[in-house]
Amino acid sequence: MIEVKNLSYFYEAEEGTPEKVLDNINLKIEDGEFVAVLGHNGSGKSTFAKHLNAILQPTDGYIYIDGVSTSNDEMLWNIRSKVGMVFQNPDNQIVASVVEEDVAFAPENLGVKPEEIRKRVDDALDAVDMTEYKNHSSHMLSGGQKQRVAIAGIIAMKPSIIVMDEPTAMLDPIGRREVMKTIEHLNSKYNITIILITHNMDEAVKAKRVVVIDSGKILIDNTPKNVFKNVDMLHKIGLDVPQVTMLAYKLRENGVNISDDILTVDECTQEIYNYVNKG
Amino acid sequence: MLTDITLGQYFPIDSVIHKIDPRAKILFTLFYIILVFLADSYVTYGLVALFSISVVVLSKIKFTVVLKSLKPMLFVIIITAVINVFFTSGTEILWSYKFIKITKTGVVNAVNMALRLIFLVVGSSLLTYTTSPIMLTDGIERLLKPFSKIGLPSHEIAMMMTIALRFIPTLLEETEKIMTAQKSRGADFESGNIIKRAKALIPVLIPLFINSFKRADELATAMECRCYRGGEGRTRLRVLKFGIIDLFSLIIMLVFSILMITFGVLNI
Repeated sequence: MIEVKNLSYFYEAEEGTPEKVLDNINLKIEDGEFVAVLGHNGSGKSTFAKHLNAILQPTDGYIYIDGVSTSNDEMLWNIRSKVGMVFQNPDNQIVASVVEEDVAFAPENLGVKPEEIRKRVDDALDAVDMTEYKNHSSHMLSGGQKQRVAIAGIIAMKPSIIVMDEPTAMLDPIGRREVMKTIEHLNSKYNITIILITHNMDEAVKAKRVVVIDSGKILIDNTPKNVFKNVDMLHKIGLDVPQVTMLAYKLRENGVNISDDILTVDECTQEIYNYVNKG
Repeated sequence: MLTDITLGQYFPIDSVIHKIDPRAKILFTLFYIILVFLADSYVTYGLVALFSISVVVLSKIKFTVVLKSLKPMLFVIIITAVINVFFTSGTEILWSYKFIKITKTGVVNAVNMALRLIFLVVGSSLLTYTTSPIMLTDGIERLLKPFSKIGLPSHEIAMMMTIALRFIPTLLEETEKIMTAQKSRGADFESGNIIKRAKALIPVLIPLFINSFKRADELATAMECRCYRGGEGRTRLRVLKFGIIDLFSLIIMLVFSILMITFGVLNI
C-alpha cells in the first residue's frame, strides 16, 4: 500500500527562490490497484513518480510504502526492490547486451542465489512474453520488445508495485499496444499495483482510477468515467479526452441526448444506436 | 552501414573451445603468447603450429576467417620482415649489391619474427572468436578479483566494459542518425582534405556527446532503481565452474608448455 501525506517538493534553483514542483499531495493507493496519473508536461507527474521509490525524497511530508517511510535511508534498497520503476527510453535502461543477462541485473544486485536468479529470469521473461528472445542481443529488438525487456528486468526484483513513467512515449503504435497489454496482464494476473504516468488519454482509460495532476496539485482523483466527464476542465489545463468521449461531448453540445461518460468505441456505438432507435 | 561492424568478432558456434571457462581461456592465451616467444627452432615452431592449428580445428572456426584476422596485421608483419632482412648484420652473406647486404641471420630473423607475429595474432583472435564479450568481461572481473584487495576496482572495470559493449551499437546508430540529420541540412562529410573533413564532424560529435551524458544520467537512475550499489554482495546468474573440459585443456596446455620449455632448454 502506498500512502502519500502532505507531500511537497522544491527544486533547488541555482539562483533565486526554489521552485515548488509538488504542492501538498495526499493520496492512498491500495494493493493491486491500476492507477493512471495524468498531467501535461511540467505538471510535476514525473517528479511525483520519482518520489515513490525514493529516487527523490520529499522536501515536506511523507510517503509510506507498506508503512515504511521513503525518507528512511536505511530502508532505501528495501523500498526500491518493492517499488519498481520503468522509464520512457528503453535504450537507457538496459544494462547488458544480452536479454537474459539484463533481466538478471536486479536480482544479481540483490544478492539472490544463482539458481533462484535463473528461475526469476525465466518467470519474468515469461510474464512479458519474451522467452524466445532470451539469448538475443538487446539492441536488435524493436522498441516495444526492448521496453518489455526493461519491464522484465523490474519484475525479476519481485516488486509489489511498478511505477511506469510514460513507458510508451517513445514507441510506435504496435510497441504501445504490446506494452499496454503487458501492463494490463501484470495487473490482472500477477496482482501487481500499477501506477502509470502518462499523457495519452487512451491509455489512461484502461486504468481503474485516474489521478489528474496540475501545477503540482491533485485536481481530480476518480474513476476514468467520472474524470473524463469534465471535458472543459481538462481542456483548460491542457489535457485532451479520448476521441470517442470528445465525439459524445460534441454531440451533447448539439442537443443529442446521450450519456456523458462514454470512454470506448463500443459504448459510443451502443449509445448512439439507442438514441437513434428512441428518436 | 556503421552498425554492420561486429564487435569483438564473436562466432557463436558449439565447440569444445567455446565451452572452456573464460578465465582459463584468458590465462591460456597469455601463456600461449609467452610460449610463442620461446620458439626459435624448426621443432618448436612446428609444435606451436601444430598446437595452433589443432585449436583452430577444434574451435570449428573456418580457416579463411582466421586468415582474415591476419589481414590488418599484414602490413606490420611485412615491414618487420623487411627490416629484419635488410638491417641484420651477419657473417654469412647470401646476396649483396653495393651497400645492401642480405645475411643468413637476417633471413632467419625475418622468418622468425613474421611467424611469431602470425601466431600471436591467430592465438589472440581465437580468444575473441570463441568467447562472447560477456563471458570475456566476466572472466576478466573474476581474474582481477584477487587484486581488489590492493585497491584495484575489478568490479567497476568489468561493469564499465559491459556498459561500453552494450552502448556501442546504440551510439553507432545515433551517430548515423545525427549524420543523416546534418546531411539533410547541407553538411558535407565527404569532400575536402583531412582537416576539413575532421572539422565537418564537429556538428556530429557535439550532439553525440551531449546525448551520451543524458543517457549516462538516465542509465544511472535506472540502475539505482534496480538496486545497483556496486560490486559488494552481488551474485551472478552464470556460475563459472571448473569442469572436465577445463581440466582437459589445462593438461594439454601443461604438456605443451613443458615440451616448449624442455626443447628451449635443450636447444633443439
